[in-house]
Amino acid sequence: MAVAHSNPLYIRRRARNTVAKSLAYAATAFGLGWLVLILAVLLFHGFGGLSLAVFTQNTPPPGSDGGLLNAIVGSIAMTLLAIVIGTPIGILAGTYLAEYGRHDKLSSIVRFINDILLSAPSIVVGLFIYEVMVAPMGHFSGYAGAVALAVIVIPVVVRTTEDMLRLVPDTLREAAASIGLPRAHMIMRIAYRAARAGIVTGVLLAVARISGETAPLLFTALNNQFWSLNMNAPMPSLPVVIFQFALSPYEEWQKLAWTGALLITVTVLALSILARSLTARRT
Amino acid sequence: MNISSSNAPLTVPVASHTGVNAAGLSEKVSIRNLEFFYGDARALKGINLPLYANKTTAFIGPSGCGKSTLLRILNRMYDLYPGQRATGQVMFDGENLLDASVDINLLRARIGMVFQKPTPFPMSIYENIAFGIRLYEKLPRAEVDARVEHALRRAALWDEVKDKLAASGLGLSGGQQQRLCIARTVAVKPEVILFDEPCSALDPISTAKIEELIDELKQDYTIVIVTHNMQQAARVSDFTCFMYLGDLIEFDVTEKIFTAPTDKRTQAYITGRFG
Repeated sequence: MAVAHSNPLYIRRRARNTVAKSLAYAATAFGLGWLVLILAVLLFHGFGGLSLAVFTQNTPPPGSDGGLLNAIVGSIAMTLLAIVIGTPIGILAGTYLAEYGRHDKLSSIVRFINDILLSAPSIVVGLFIYEVMVAPMGHFSGYAGAVALAVIVIPVVVRTTEDMLRLVPDTLREAAASIGLPRAHMIMRIAYRAARAGIVTGVLLAVARISGETAPLLFTALNNQFWSLNMNAPMPSLPVVIFQFALSPYEEWQKLAWTGALLITVTVLALSILARSLTARRT
Repeated sequence: MNISSSNAPLTVPVASHTGVNAAGLSEKVSIRNLEFFYGDARALKGINLPLYANKTTAFIGPSGCGKSTLLRILNRMYDLYPGQRATGQVMFDGENLLDASVDINLLRARIGMVFQKPTPFPMSIYENIAFGIRLYEKLPRAEVDARVEHALRRAALWDEVKDKLAASGLGLSGGQQQRLCIARTVAVKPEVILFDEPCSALDPISTAKIEELIDELKQDYTIVIVTHNMQQAARVSDFTCFMYLGDLIEFDVTEKIFTAPTDKRTQAYITGRFG
């Protein structure tokens, strides 16, 4: 060691190592710092507004007290419908990419388009659904909002399903084939089972992704100040209510916007933790 | 009849392709002029080989000689991958199993396979076995139970798992998992069982158990085993086929291959001078 310590090459290498390590730590702290800051600000402004009324009363007119009940219910309804629409399509398309189309040219095209869709600005999705659903129907609706969200769900689920199925070793597929199991059965009864936790995680991440989306809903579901379960009519949602209330000059509305933002963030956080624990248990 | 591509005379009075020979052996599978291609690369060059019923045949040879390729043709496993094709004949019960008309799934139910690495399905020990049984037979629960127990007994695993049949098959040790895979294969009631280096991932004690098992299984099944371990080939097989660079160099009774091989290359390989 004594020799190494006096070796100028070694000393320089160690100095460079220290610099690189410090930079890496600093970058990590800088990146994570914003998340901590966001959570802290949200808790500071939003926590005070949390009360039973938030969950039992509808959004109030300016200048009076109220809650977020109709927005929460609207968000849940549209998110659920979007997942119901998007999940089967996403899983089946992901199955095609990972199982059937593995050696097809078509699958590389599909994968490429899916990746574009995955990173497409969500406002474009909103405008698109406005064109194909809202304009022909003549009015905004919860259905249009759900379809817009579904369009965002699909590429997420396609991607995770494909990735998770690809993690299933080929030896398992061969083993299934070796007892005479037809391919479709192999996929449904062996591959899906082996990849189940990962696929469920993908769906949870998709829920997390759409539960905070505002742009696709602005042009499709619009908003509604009143209690409504009619998905064929404009429907309120937490992100749009936050958008509207946060921009308003009314103090009560601003307070509710903070509380709504806290609710969404906590939901997304909980979903992410659930998704992580599912994958962790798998390995 | 030319079994060995090196034209070495056979000392065993076998291999008339009419079926049964003088020694009372019947050919379960007859491979004739078999060629195999990965894309344009020829991996097997005109293989002729009989696989005798209720006997164990070992394929030996250095890496890349085509022994696993040959094994994977017998249940058409290569069909899962594009760009791979076989020509020639593999006669099995009077039918060329390379024919496009052959139902691959039914074929694989009759010619089972055990792989290099244990591959239990992600389900319970019981389901691992019952799964294959239910695939082709609709049986009452009690009968499935009996078949599961029988298969596990055949694989010498029953005593170790009978109290935890509902536990995941993935929780077993490597050797137990491999025996579970053998039980799974046996449960489907195949006629031929292919072993692709079944012990290469196992410790010596598990290896001994599997070898013992293979010896017992041959009473009811025709066994083919690919192995890198020449002692293993000598211990478990009745016939041995030595392959080199896609050619079948020599096929004979195992004892003859290991004591008095005809071909110089066989001699060199079994004495460890190459491979």
